[in-house]
Amino acid sequence: MLSRPLRIVVVYPDLLGTYGDGGNGLVLARRAERRGIPAELIQATSDDPLPSADLYTLGGGEDGPQVQATESLTDDGTLARAVENGAVVFAVCAGYQIVGTTFPAADGTAVPGLGLLDVTTVKGGARRAVGEIVVDADLPGVGRLTGFENHGGVTATGPGVRALGRVRVGVGNGDHTDGAWSGRVVGTYLHGPALARNPALADLLLSWATGSDELAPLDDHLEQALRRERFDAALPRRYRLQRRWER
Amino acid sequence: MTARTRAAVLATASLNGLSRRLGLGGGTVVGGRLGLAIAPNLLEVLGSARTVAVVSGTNGKTTTTRLLAAALEEAGSPVVTNATGSNMPAGHVAAMAAGPPNATAVLEVDEGYVPAIVHSLAPAAVVLLNLSRDQLDRSNEVRMVAARWRGTFAAAGGTVIANADDPLVVFGAQSAHSVVWVAGGMRWRSDASGCPACGGRIRFDAHGWSSECGFARPKPDVDVDEGPDGTTTAVFADGRRLAVVLAIPGSFNRRNAVLAAAAAEVLGVPADRALSAMGRIEGVAGRFSLHSVRGVPTRLLLAKNPAGWAELLDLVAPGSSPVVVAINARVADGRDPSWLWDVPFERLAGRSVVATGERSADLSVRLDYAGVTHERVVDPTDAVAVASRLAGHTEGSQPEKHVEDKRVEDNGVEEQEPVEFIGNYTAFHDLLRASRAS
Repeated sequence: MLSRPLRIVVVYPDLLGTYGDGGNGLVLARRAERRGIPAELIQATSDDPLPSADLYTLGGGEDGPQVQATESLTDDGTLARAVENGAVVFAVCAGYQIVGTTFPAADGTAVPGLGLLDVTTVKGGARRAVGEIVVDADLPGVGRLTGFENHGGVTATGPGVRALGRVRVGVGNGDHTDGAWSGRVVGTYLHGPALARNPALADLLLSWATGSDELAPLDDHLEQALRRERFDAALPRRYRLQRRWER
Repeated sequence: MTARTRAAVLATASLNGLSRRLGLGGGTVVGGRLGLAIAPNLLEVLGSARTVAVVSGTNGKTTTTRLLAAALEEAGSPVVTNATGSNMPAGHVAAMAAGPPNATAVLEVDEGYVPAIVHSLAPAAVVLLNLSRDQLDRSNEVRMVAARWRGTFAAAGGTVIANADDPLVVFGAQSAHSVVWVAGGMRWRSDASGCPACGGRIRFDAHGWSSECGFARPKPDVDVDEGPDGTTTAVFADGRRLAVVLAIPGSFNRRNAVLAAAAAEVLGVPADRALSAMGRIEGVAGRFSLHSVRGVPTRLLLAKNPAGWAELLDLVAPGSSPVVVAINARVADGRDPSWLWDVPFERLAGRSVVATGERSADLSVRLDYAGVTHERVVDPTDAVAVASRLAGHTEGSQPEKHVEDKRVEDNGVEEQEPVEFIGNYTAFHDLLRASRAS
């Protein structure tokens, strides 16, 4: 257990904050506080050195800012050192691509990522993956994930990682899996406030960051209502389509 | 005009009239589409014999278009405008076909259509308000829009009246041969931190903004002074100081009125006359004005994206009235409500708040993490009734000191603090249809 406030850093909201991704840091901080674990939530902009922290979140961003953020994080070095020392990282969308080994710039050239996850991303076809996504997660105790994706990249997972889970609805990495994880670094195409829709995933990250295996349960009835609604909206459509193909 | 374009104009006007009479809709798009199908050059033809003014930007364009139209009507010449917000070419064709061929056209234009409209209509004045993300899962990245504006104005005539406080607008406008810079204000900076000129960082401070490459806020030709008491004054380069007093609320509306006044001057209407005409506008396409929703006085507000929400939450924050927040995520709203987490809903803490709309489950989770106690009522008109009850507005439960003041107006609407209803695009329009003007 921590003897000081849990420190959560939202990485570069000025560059990586396209889809309400700041929500992930907020959800983590509030869920810690609701259990009586003091939490410090820091919005770390790209003009200052990245603070040390127990837990980092990275969001999505447009092509130019994505490259800028990667260069700044590489020069800064704090994030890679923190991961070596056991910090937790939750990266979505462009942030997921950044923590991989390479991703494409706007013109398609490969940009070296931070190498925290053994995944490589290349440009996909003309059609972006846009829409609801449902993933059955391989992470312990996390179960089914609901989210929204909007990306043009196709991501291949290498031998150093496991996919986050199997895609039921949507595109994800492009090979019927979504995301990747290794150690305490988790990446996914479920963008925006993914943790607001998936409190079990938020709690897994919190248990890693606090070293506590048994987090007290919270009243999640609002989150559960949202999850039921999203699964109802996303899943039947696919099943209807499946039935049409089978006919 | 050739026989073909005359037929196209006639078809546009007739079909729109028919559509309105049959109650099928506002009749602004269907006729325009037919006209463009008959004569693809209809836009150019309709624009050739008149003065055209264009208003574009992410937020405030419908209201600013209405204000500018009011200012130009003040000059006495006929004005046509796409008042219902049909801001693509079919709507522009319909607006121009509906009036005399020499009437001045004041057109709201979708950000993405600015190049096409400037090319076709050669407007004498183009007002550019702001650029921020809007329903990103279906539209261009905002930087790309700014770059396309820049290319367009490099090759166009006319005068651009642009917001000097928004770096993306400045990047898009500064290629124009004639620019009037106005201190239009910028509440929302999250989409402007990357420099559109060099890719570096834009830094904001008390005096404006600048980038390391030298790209910086231009000195405004029309500055804006905002007093602590909510007064707004336009300060022109020649020393004139004009009070901006509007019937519609919001400092963002007053700033946009200054842009419209500067545009009116470009088109020959003095700014003081323009501003006094704008001051008489009380509501714009249902926005800002008071409506009755099942007998509950309700002020209807429309916000479509984080920048717009931040402005409207500023607007309602000083009050104590109940607030209904309505969120849908249909195609017109953008299918992805992730942006809810970019909106500073924390400002509603302590108020009576009701979450409603088709995506009220998403909103409810967001409000909970924002520390806003609220109820969730899926049906929007029910939500207004619940909000009114929460605030103790019904008979019997109303605090006593208010009961004595309460009067019943002729139209049955009780005089009480109205419920503030803020909806995104389709949620707003659904409630507007379900309410009546009061």
